[in-house]
Amino acid sequence: MAEAATNLLTTADGRPLKAALAAAQARARRRAFLLVLPLLLFVVLTFLVPIGYMLKRSFEHDGFANSAPTLVNWFAQNKGFDPANPPEEAYAALVQDLARMQVEKTTGQAGTRINYSVPGTISLFKKGAREADTLTPPFKEALLAVDPEWGMPALWRGMESASHVYTPEFYLVAADRKLTDEGWARGDDGQRIYLYLFVKTFIVSAIITVLCLLLAFPVAHLLATLPMAKSSLLMILVLLPFWTSLLVRTTSWIALLQEQGIVNDLLVGIGLIGNDGRLSMMYNMTGTIVAMTHVLLPFMILPLYSVMKVIPPSYARAARSLGATSWTTFRRVYLPQTLPGIAAGSLLVFILAVGYYITPALVGGADGQLISNLISFHMSKSNWSLAAAIAGMLLVAILVLYWLYDRLVGIDRLKLG
Amino acid sequence: MTLEPRNDAFVAFEHVQKSYDGISLVVKDLNLSIAKGEFLTMLGPSGSGKTTCLMMLAGFETATNGEIKLDGRPINQVPPHKRGIGMVFQNYALFPHMTVGENLSFPLEVRGMGKDERETKIKRALDMVQMGAFANRRPAQLSGGQQQRIALARALVFDPKLVLMDEPLGALDKQLREHMQFEIKHLHESLGITVVYVTHDQGEALTMSDRVAVFNDGKIQQLAPPADLYERPDNSFVAQFIGENNKLLGTIEELAGDKALVRLATGELIDATAVNIKEKGQKTLVSIRPERVEFKPEMMPPGAHTIEAEVVEIIYMGDILRAVLKVAGSDEFVMKMRNTLGQTKLSPGQKIKVGWHPQDARALDP
Repeated sequence: MAEAATNLLTTADGRPLKAALAAAQARARRRAFLLVLPLLLFVVLTFLVPIGYMLKRSFEHDGFANSAPTLVNWFAQNKGFDPANPPEEAYAALVQDLARMQVEKTTGQAGTRINYSVPGTISLFKKGAREADTLTPPFKEALLAVDPEWGMPALWRGMESASHVYTPEFYLVAADRKLTDEGWARGDDGQRIYLYLFVKTFIVSAIITVLCLLLAFPVAHLLATLPMAKSSLLMILVLLPFWTSLLVRTTSWIALLQEQGIVNDLLVGIGLIGNDGRLSMMYNMTGTIVAMTHVLLPFMILPLYSVMKVIPPSYARAARSLGATSWTTFRRVYLPQTLPGIAAGSLLVFILAVGYYITPALVGGADGQLISNLISFHMSKSNWSLAAAIAGMLLVAILVLYWLYDRLVGIDRLKLG
Repeated sequence: MTLEPRNDAFVAFEHVQKSYDGISLVVKDLNLSIAKGEFLTMLGPSGSGKTTCLMMLAGFETATNGEIKLDGRPINQVPPHKRGIGMVFQNYALFPHMTVGENLSFPLEVRGMGKDERETKIKRALDMVQMGAFANRRPAQLSGGQQQRIALARALVFDPKLVLMDEPLGALDKQLREHMQFEIKHLHESLGITVVYVTHDQGEALTMSDRVAVFNDGKIQQLAPPADLYERPDNSFVAQFIGENNKLLGTIEELAGDKALVRLATGELIDATAVNIKEKGQKTLVSIRPERVEFKPEMMPPGAHTIEAEVVEIIYMGDILRAVLKVAGSDEFVMKMRNTLGQTKLSPGQKIKVGWHPQDARALDP
């Protein structure tokens, strides 16, 4: 009833109230939109488009589909062929394409594409292409004579899959699946590195987040409660790392923590450890965790500080006057009120840590590498699609975490400052 | 001026001094004893040391020197949570992440009270402030007045013998404030608790208190029941701080006991009661309440000195009329008249004679 009545409201001159309101606000809204337009364009161009392109690349590779048209055509017409025993026409198409690759110099592209799912095939393709125009029918026997590996069922499965420009294959590889003669299967134990690194990255990020929280909480509390002059000084100390180059900070940690570094020298000097028992705290996971905790600490301190700043000291006093010990006061009154800050800081640090690249690359050694270092490795090898697939998985994982976080904590409780 | 601490005092400040910076004293040699069941208000301008005194009593500040005793026991070394003092804060300090019920349950839980007993006490405390239906609300969903009641209930739920209130009504509008004043007063009477109340609102102090301690400059200027404070201020600070006040500067012409004849700067003679006057010839500041000033000859006591006055302005205030007069060279002399049916109408420029009962004119230190 009440809602029907509100819908019928009109202005004094008989226009519907809602339309009149919209018209009255239209100008202000247009101006507001124009103000955000530059940022909107910037975000679309530099953020959404690259991410969209990356996601597209993670599904797309035309290296084989473009350079082997005859075989692609044959695969399209013979959907149910037996990869263990492809017929003569298939071999004929393959030899024809190999000859074309040799002429068009596309052997590398095609080989690289197949190499994703069936490792070690680039050389096979190069050899096959070189000899393709000398081969005579029957092509099956002729090609197998060049190299018996041409008969591998896994290779034929791989080529069939690569004949499509769009494929989920890179995600399968990034999930440690392997193309065998029988199809996609779990990879060998020694070679499953991607998921292992994923899990490791998330565990390390969680450790860093917890360390940051433990270190940041007292600092943020001090910042929020000290008198102005002292807290400003402390704030500068917190922000100083922000103004220092990441490279400089990381290198300082190397100087401190390496085996001939300051910390070890000091420990040996005071006799806590022997000269031959120097701790290795650099170029391993310890180095990565220490340096990353330091680098990410301000991202925990600042949200915590902004929340603590507005908690009036009278709450703690009230709790104390009501009979609570200082520990109970902290646990039941202060801590719950800092939760939005803890949540915001943890989310920020965790997401930054999961995608961190430069610090583990510099101080991680072999043991302290994270998933982003692997992405970077594949990018340097021009394995764009695989790098994009791993990055895509990372993105999805973060979005899932974000969703979980929203369900558990509520995104509206987030307070970044 | 300050009372000597009595041995049976429930709360006693004994030579308490407080300094924050080691250079100046915020509280200077405070001696104050509060009887059991008393409603004592610390009144004073901001920075006068009244809140510091309250915080020392609550245990959030430590006395630099001197002793504070609660029920005969020195409490300087007792942490706040072991003092068992209920406290109502200026901005209520209700825990925002707990419901009203949980807020009230908090002091009982930390005392290890069982669930049934807690619920009984919470219900009783909420009913006491007429908020029984609000146990499941959050503080943010309540109005200022309702939050105030909950803060009161929370400070009382664990049956403290002493309740401190730090300007608890400061954030409320005038009507609600007056209403809450009576409620707090009635709670105090029905529960028999001792209340120490801090405010800078003199109206509040006069309405609610058994005794008022007027603070200024770290010292108690006067400690007296409200009526004494208003009608018989001890010094010019109290006279000016409490209520409206007309000041006339002059010299003591004659002094006989507490009867004084004062010659004003402009030459007129007026009668006054000597309060802290030592000798003839001394400079004095005579204080007269605006509502004790009379301009009708029949209302003045026989033989009282009158003084020429000229009406400057008449301000209509509803229940009273406020006349600003030019008296003895000052044009800020105020006279209040009741707005009754037969009240004489004065108009600006009119010449009248004003006078007062000698008891109402108090000759104080200048």
